[in-house]
Amino acid sequence: MPAKYLVHTSPAANRFEPITKSGIIAWEEGCLKCAVCVKKRCVYKVYEKRGLNPRQMIDSIDNLCMNCLRCVQGCPRELIHKSISPEYAAMGDDYWSPDIISKIWYQAQTGKIPVSGAGYPGPFSGPGFDSMWTDMSEIVRPTRDGIHGREYISTAVDLGGTEGALCFGEDGLVSGPEIRLLDIPLPILLRMPVSRKISPNIISGWAVAAKRLGTFLAVGAEEMVAAPESCRPFLMPILDGEVACPEGVRVVESTFSAEKDANSFKSGNDARFVCLRLPMNTGIEERVLAAARAGFSIIHIEASPNGSFLDDPGKTMKDGIRAVHLGLVEAGIRDSVTIIVSGGIAMAEHVPKSLICGADAVFVDLALLVALECRLCGRCDMDLPCPVEMDKAPPPWVAKRVVNLIGAWHNQLLEIMGAMGIRDARRMRGEAGRAMFFEELDKSTFQDLGRREEGCEIE
Amino acid sequence: MNRDGGFEFPLVKRTPSRFRNPIGKYRLNRSTACIACGKCVEICPYGVHSMVKGKVVVRNHYLCVGEDCPNPCHEACPVKALALRRNPDFAVMGDFRWPPDLIVSTWRMAEFGQAPDKGLEYRIGESGGGFDKLRIVFGPGKAEDDSGDKHEGAKADLGVKLNRRGDNAHRIRIEVPFYGGGMSYGSVSINTMLSRVKAATALGTFCCTGEGGYPDELKPYDEHVITQVATGLFGVREETIQRVKIVEFKYAQGAKPGLGGHLLGDKVTPGVARMREAVVGYPLFSPFPFHSVYSVEDHKKHVDWIKAINPKALVSVKVSTPTDVDMVAVGSYYAGAHIIHLDGSYGGTGAAPDIAKKNIAMPIEYAVPKVHRFLTEEGVRDKITVVASGGIRTPHDVAKIIALGADAVCIGTADLVALECIRCHNCESGRGCARGIATTDPELMDLVSLDWGAQRIVNMYSAWCKELRRILGRLGMKSIRELVGKRECLIHLDYN
Repeated sequence: MPAKYLVHTSPAANRFEPITKSGIIAWEEGCLKCAVCVKKRCVYKVYEKRGLNPRQMIDSIDNLCMNCLRCVQGCPRELIHKSISPEYAAMGDDYWSPDIISKIWYQAQTGKIPVSGAGYPGPFSGPGFDSMWTDMSEIVRPTRDGIHGREYISTAVDLGGTEGALCFGEDGLVSGPEIRLLDIPLPILLRMPVSRKISPNIISGWAVAAKRLGTFLAVGAEEMVAAPESCRPFLMPILDGEVACPEGVRVVESTFSAEKDANSFKSGNDARFVCLRLPMNTGIEERVLAAARAGFSIIHIEASPNGSFLDDPGKTMKDGIRAVHLGLVEAGIRDSVTIIVSGGIAMAEHVPKSLICGADAVFVDLALLVALECRLCGRCDMDLPCPVEMDKAPPPWVAKRVVNLIGAWHNQLLEIMGAMGIRDARRMRGEAGRAMFFEELDKSTFQDLGRREEGCEIE
Repeated sequence: MNRDGGFEFPLVKRTPSRFRNPIGKYRLNRSTACIACGKCVEICPYGVHSMVKGKVVVRNHYLCVGEDCPNPCHEACPVKALALRRNPDFAVMGDFRWPPDLIVSTWRMAEFGQAPDKGLEYRIGESGGGFDKLRIVFGPGKAEDDSGDKHEGAKADLGVKLNRRGDNAHRIRIEVPFYGGGMSYGSVSINTMLSRVKAATALGTFCCTGEGGYPDELKPYDEHVITQVATGLFGVREETIQRVKIVEFKYAQGAKPGLGGHLLGDKVTPGVARMREAVVGYPLFSPFPFHSVYSVEDHKKHVDWIKAINPKALVSVKVSTPTDVDMVAVGSYYAGAHIIHLDGSYGGTGAAPDIAKKNIAMPIEYAVPKVHRFLTEEGVRDKITVVASGGIRTPHDVAKIIALGADAVCIGTADLVALECIRCHNCESGRGCARGIATTDPELMDLVSLDWGAQRIVNMYSAWCKELRRILGRLGMKSIRELVGKRECLIHLDYN
């Protein structure tokens, strides 16, 4: 059994005040300056922590407030009210919601799993990954206390392909091509969001994080010079349109036409693994099949940042991954290729869900920026100054924040696997029978209910 | 008036908010132009305005029904001194499952014992699926008749018999089709716990202790307590098993299936530590699963132990909702359980990883029909009681899940909302609930008094019972038993 994989996290404070959901609005007019001001009695000592004189009343959007509404309900003149912060509500977009962004901040800051009281507050289901639930095992299961440490759950996965069967020579020894695999201790790889300008300090921090986590950072060939030399084995240069391959790396990514044989690139770069990048467009399952048959053993399928097909926003990557996986299984060559998916990996649950749909591993990209307090405001695209001064973030802090985020995600992956009773991440790949899909479940449960006939009333 | 087959339902007593400023959906602003003519006091049907020493004040903003008002004061005001607007505080409360409308309407039921007739949606939430897309359908000619207690269902029987095996165990009938879900001493305060148990006693039903011991304060209510045996075995002794009529095995909890329980160190106060035989300030894990149960046979052995210690006790088995929940249910039946309690994935918790609450296991709306069908096909459906929980928030949810195949339901969160929970989701942090419900902090827990709490819960359930009887009446049913598995009484908005 391999040594237990642990991600060492430690708190990495925010550099800027985070934007939080709601704040206190207070109006000075009418204040009685009463001796038992509710602000003094705040259970969470929010007013005190802000260093304000409780008798001074000002408008404020407050990020320490825990939303208990005690002051709102206790103020003798009903002068204190609360509201949703408009800045919070405006963050991100429909996919990268304010809730997702602020949870990434929390995890990058603390390295902890988000835990809260009361039941799930969100919608019943949603598009893409939100339309599936993972299974659990009630009584009989192989893993005991995997989460709290007594028994080992492995999250390691292999990059590369294996033959369908071993070949033996006349001497009884294994013959045929040597099986070469790269293994990483968790099914998560880091990736520079290529659409954005990333400053060298951040590349450097991310590279250190990749090394500490034992995974890879896919990074532009130009940007990779910013990474420390010692991190080179953990880099995966993206060589779009280039042939020259940097020294000291184990795997490179490029776009090829699938017809071109992987081996033609490999000659001259013998020891290196090649990862082929394909866009997640309609018909992706055929293109992956063709590429796998052409000898590519690692294929990266890139979906949109919102987890949909690049050519059809109506189709989600969840369905794309399932189609690719099933196509390979039916062709009998699933194990000859590793499928890594990217785009829209925004929450810890997207990792196990991608695996259950049939991916071997995922790339995390935009979330790496959000871990550094990015608000996805898009100002950098317009050459406007960054509100969180990304270019000044110290590399050690960058590394720590990313390790914290991935550490928290790794722990959450263990929670999901523990509940499923699966103790090897490689076994989770394509286990769609251990998940419940909204489309099937909802229809089969509810389509044969009563009918609303003429004159009926509903309530 | 409250007589129902020998059992006397408790009386509703108006029990207002503990806080100075109750929160409602609307606010009325009175400008200085007010001439104190008293017109608004006179026309408001809800008592929002009051005349105090020659001045008119807005006394009860929270009772205003806003746009639904038949006699709007702001339009009738001769000097246009009144302006109606939405209360900003209203929108910061709650979430998709418990939108502010549901929270405030539950408060209204807890105060008045009556569902709000205007201004608030009290039947469904905004989750966009499951219960919130299901509707009860009433055939043509079953026009609504709300005239007080005279409608067809006013005398409908809501009672449910829990022992359907016909064995030597207690023949228990609960007078209402619900009982209180397990909330441990430690995750909620003793006052909250006692309020719930006292209300359950008054309503002729039960309330579960959760896994955290059986405090002595509960002794007067022993006849109405369910004690829980969960994987941590905290506070489980022979004596506690012998004290009760129903024992519940908790295999898993819907909010965190497969993860066991977790009480954060902050909540392990000296009292909690003593009850659980643990160390003050250290977190307590209830592991997953039962380390001695790896098969239905192992499970049967556990059930047999309970039956040996307390032969008259009913055994309930609480499980979560995996893909094979139907197999689990039938296994529990063959192991000797009287009640199979399914806890759906959107159920409540004092603390759980967000990833588990959202993603693991299926919602109760899918699990109940699956189990109901499977038990029926196995020919044992009428030998076991199916109890559903996990995201049941309103009397309409109760009716819907029973129509999908449950016999009764188990409620937790709604009780807490009756005690003025606002779903801030901070039950677990620091000193615990700032509103004094889910806390063991001595100062905070005194915010809830036993009499106030019990009456609020009784009031809420009285409103639920009225609603359930009204629904049964409109369906032409005399008993809640008639509704079990009547799928044709429901429609789903997406498949209709």
